[in-house]
Amino acid sequence: MSPTIRVHDPRGYPPEVVGKQLAPRLENLEGKTIYLVDCLFDNSDVFVEQLRRWFGEHLPATDVRPVRPRESWADDPELRARIEADGDAAILGVGL
Amino acid sequence: MPSVAVHTHVFARLVRSVATANGMPTLRQAFVPQPVVGRTADELRAYIDGTDPINKSSFIDTVINGLTSPLDGQDLSGLSYTRSTPRLLDAETEENLHRLFSDRGWTDFAPVVLPTEERVAAMLAGTSHAPDEVVGRLRPTAYREYWELTVEKVAVNAVMAGASPAYLPVILAMAASGVSGRSSSTTSQATVALVNGPIRDEIGMNYGIGAMGPYGHANVTIGRAYGLLSQNLQGGSVPHETYMGSQGNFLSFNATFAENEQASPWEPFHVQHGFKPDDSTVSLFLGGWYTVFGGGPRETWQEKFTRALQACDPFTGPILTLDPLVARGFVELGFETKQKLIDWCVEHARLPAREYWDNQWIQTLHRPRALAGVEPYASMLKAAPDELIRMFRPEDIHVVVVGGETGAMWKMIGGGPRLTMVHIDRWR
Repeated sequence: MSPTIRVHDPRGYPPEVVGKQLAPRLENLEGKTIYLVDCLFDNSDVFVEQLRRWFGEHLPATDVRPVRPRESWADDPELRARIEADGDAAILGVGL
Repeated sequence: MPSVAVHTHVFARLVRSVATANGMPTLRQAFVPQPVVGRTADELRAYIDGTDPINKSSFIDTVINGLTSPLDGQDLSGLSYTRSTPRLLDAETEENLHRLFSDRGWTDFAPVVLPTEERVAAMLAGTSHAPDEVVGRLRPTAYREYWELTVEKVAVNAVMAGASPAYLPVILAMAASGVSGRSSSTTSQATVALVNGPIRDEIGMNYGIGAMGPYGHANVTIGRAYGLLSQNLQGGSVPHETYMGSQGNFLSFNATFAENEQASPWEPFHVQHGFKPDDSTVSLFLGGWYTVFGGGPRETWQEKFTRALQACDPFTGPILTLDPLVARGFVELGFETKQKLIDWCVEHARLPAREYWDNQWIQTLHRPRALAGVEPYASMLKAAPDELIRMFRPEDIHVVVVGGETGAMWKMIGGGPRLTMVHIDRWR
């Protein structure tokens, strides 16, 4: 029988995961304000515009507002504050 | 606020693992087919009217239900958990351990040196730092969670790569950079590493013949250690979950070399960037996507260089790696400094504006800056379609002298603008 040895685990130390609660959902989208957040990947603006049009055709009582962060892959605190202040929900997309 | 994130279907495993690592495994996510890039408005509208390929239901129903369906218990509690990694694995035969390391994605699929306690202790003699000192944190990309790494964990991966203890300060500096050698980018970027200063000679790095190939124990094993520690200490580099490079990159195996400071007619790279000649540094360039090759400078070098620069991806400027023969040739042509050559490249690297702005990553990263008024991009966006505009800023291009003077050869390697420099000496 081959001898056994002990060796180090080569992996790093992952952070503890703390569960987060999802935000309460809306009863419906009637009269609500939904922000469509364009994540700025190439052509995502075209997708967001098509999504805006879909809402305009099928849920015209929903106020749909496309928005763009100032920069790709970076937080935009001002935009986030605006969405939190007067939005009811957000849809974010899309890459690639 | 209720939200739904929309992704293309190839990212399904990745985005679900990210949501889980953020304590929200039931985060509402909807999917459309890949790709979005290059699709027309009508084709994207068809995605919206069609089926979510992952959830197997109407895409728009997935979105609307994601915003309006009541939450259940798991939605309200999220998911809390710890993921401990033991210091030592259970005793096993060497054969079984090699299989375990390979099966769990802890190797680059070439055989590794098993990190026994004795070998790791010997490796740790290469630094004065305590084994439990935290070196830094790594992650495969900006939206993932950071994993923490200690001196001992870096030494473990250095052993696996076959490195010698004398190399450990260089490897620790790379680990401390916060820059992963296993980025998950879809572009398959690699991390090119350049070593400068006295440590090159102290540990026998090759900066002469074959410096960028498998012709130096230090170059090869330091580069391999950087790759292994990146994947193992950041939480993995697994296709579909923590690695999404569509084609992969040969330079991910190893892209570590040293500058031939002795044969260079110019300042060493680290001195250009404010370090002292006696400092030892490692410079990490995110990129490695392309390589353009040439010789000279000969009579038509300006035409050749201009074409070569235009062949570079405009999103990332090149690292010019010049054999000492080439560097001295440029000095004879009047380029007394690296900066003069960089300035020439900036002036002559031009593309029609329509071609520059048609680049996917220019669209993704520079166009939003242009629209926000950030210069020089805002002015470049105003250019007429056929106007020749500059591809690079001076800080996007770097010059390094490397090679053994057997031929007047040069390369342009992608990776210019995203540079991180780390002092090696503090890790001795």
